[in-house]
Amino acid sequence: MTLTADTGIGALGDPSGPGPAQLPPIPDGAVMVTVTIQRFNPELDEAPHRESYRIPALPTDRILNLLHYIKWYIDGTLTFRRSCAHGICGSDAMRINGRNRLACKVLVKDVITDKKTEVTVEPIKGLPLEKDLLVDMEPFFEAYRKVQPFLITHSNEPSREWIQSPEDRARFDDTTKCILCAACTTSCPVYWSEDAYVGPAAIVNAHRFIFDSRDQGGQERLEILSDAEGVWRCRTTFNCTDACPRGIEVTKAIQEVKRALMFRRI
Amino acid sequence: MSQSTALPGPGPVAVPPPRRGSVYRGVEGMWSWVAHRITGVLTFFFLFAHVLDTSLVRVSPDTYDRIIETYKNPFVNLLEVGLVGAVLFHALNGIRVTLIDFWSKGTRLQRPMLWVVLAVWVVLMVPGVYFMLQHTVRVMFGGAA
Repeated sequence: MTLTADTGIGALGDPSGPGPAQLPPIPDGAVMVTVTIQRFNPELDEAPHRESYRIPALPTDRILNLLHYIKWYIDGTLTFRRSCAHGICGSDAMRINGRNRLACKVLVKDVITDKKTEVTVEPIKGLPLEKDLLVDMEPFFEAYRKVQPFLITHSNEPSREWIQSPEDRARFDDTTKCILCAACTTSCPVYWSEDAYVGPAAIVNAHRFIFDSRDQGGQERLEILSDAEGVWRCRTTFNCTDACPRGIEVTKAIQEVKRALMFRRI
Repeated sequence: MSQSTALPGPGPVAVPPPRRGSVYRGVEGMWSWVAHRITGVLTFFFLFAHVLDTSLVRVSPDTYDRIIETYKNPFVNLLEVGLVGAVLFHALNGIRVTLIDFWSKGTRLQRPMLWVVLAVWVVLMVPGVYFMLQHTVRVMFGGAA
């Protein structure tokens, strides 16, 4: 469906919305998309509600472009996090059509079909909701810090550099890719109900050092992850593996930590 | 969603009901875990009742016989089919979960393993249900099966 300028863009049901003059030109090949967003203003609302917006979008636009369009041209109070907008800063994890994704990595053409041009955007679950799509990430980073995600060495420093073979490096390559977006942790049913569970992201970052041949703090980290709120809370639902925008096999990493604990072997 | 989708042109106000938190769509693994929990709890409640009725044989064999007699009706027969389905799924998926835990390739093959679990479940349930319900159907509908 190619659009003309007069398409009644704006919040659904608001015919007196901003006129086309204020809006940017609609590019060729744009389609009208209904974006339903969970809104919550802590100063006005008792509970989150949903609002829908009908806006033009190119199939190659990212969901983040839709949020920008709404914020810049329809409702400036829409609140969400984003920084780099290129899938590496990990700021814009949100629930897109019911599953955790980065808004800057999902394209419009991936969520719409010829019949259904709707997309639902909600904040990630399990963290305190502050406003609209914004959640308090502090509990997430607290769990991250708990696993000591830094190189620990007890021996003397080598006179040159820490040498590592390509094989040893490959052992933890997958878990070095984490960008701490919290998509995995907030997709975990256990994390939603069990605040204290450290969550997939913390375990991924512990895995990155536990299996690093240069690191000597592996046992300390395994002790931390062996307690009641550690890896044993994992129920292998694989939501985290599905949610990871970096393609990390999160559940596999968690299982490797479990096996390292069970067999006392790294 | 009964959202207004009549495009283009502004539609009437479509105010969705307030939501305190929608269900996460999840992947197959999440739903198999949910099913695993539900079938586990159901099996537990069966075992609870089963231990009670079986222990009645220690009270008196006659009481035991009378209680068992009350089970011989179509409704309990349906419950039996549900029990077999629940136990079978729980057992098969339990093997899958164990393999995910202990087999290094388990996490990568969890999805195919789930399809195998469901396929074996169906293959075993079809004749199982047939033979389990055969008697009830014959009694209720007069030799139809």
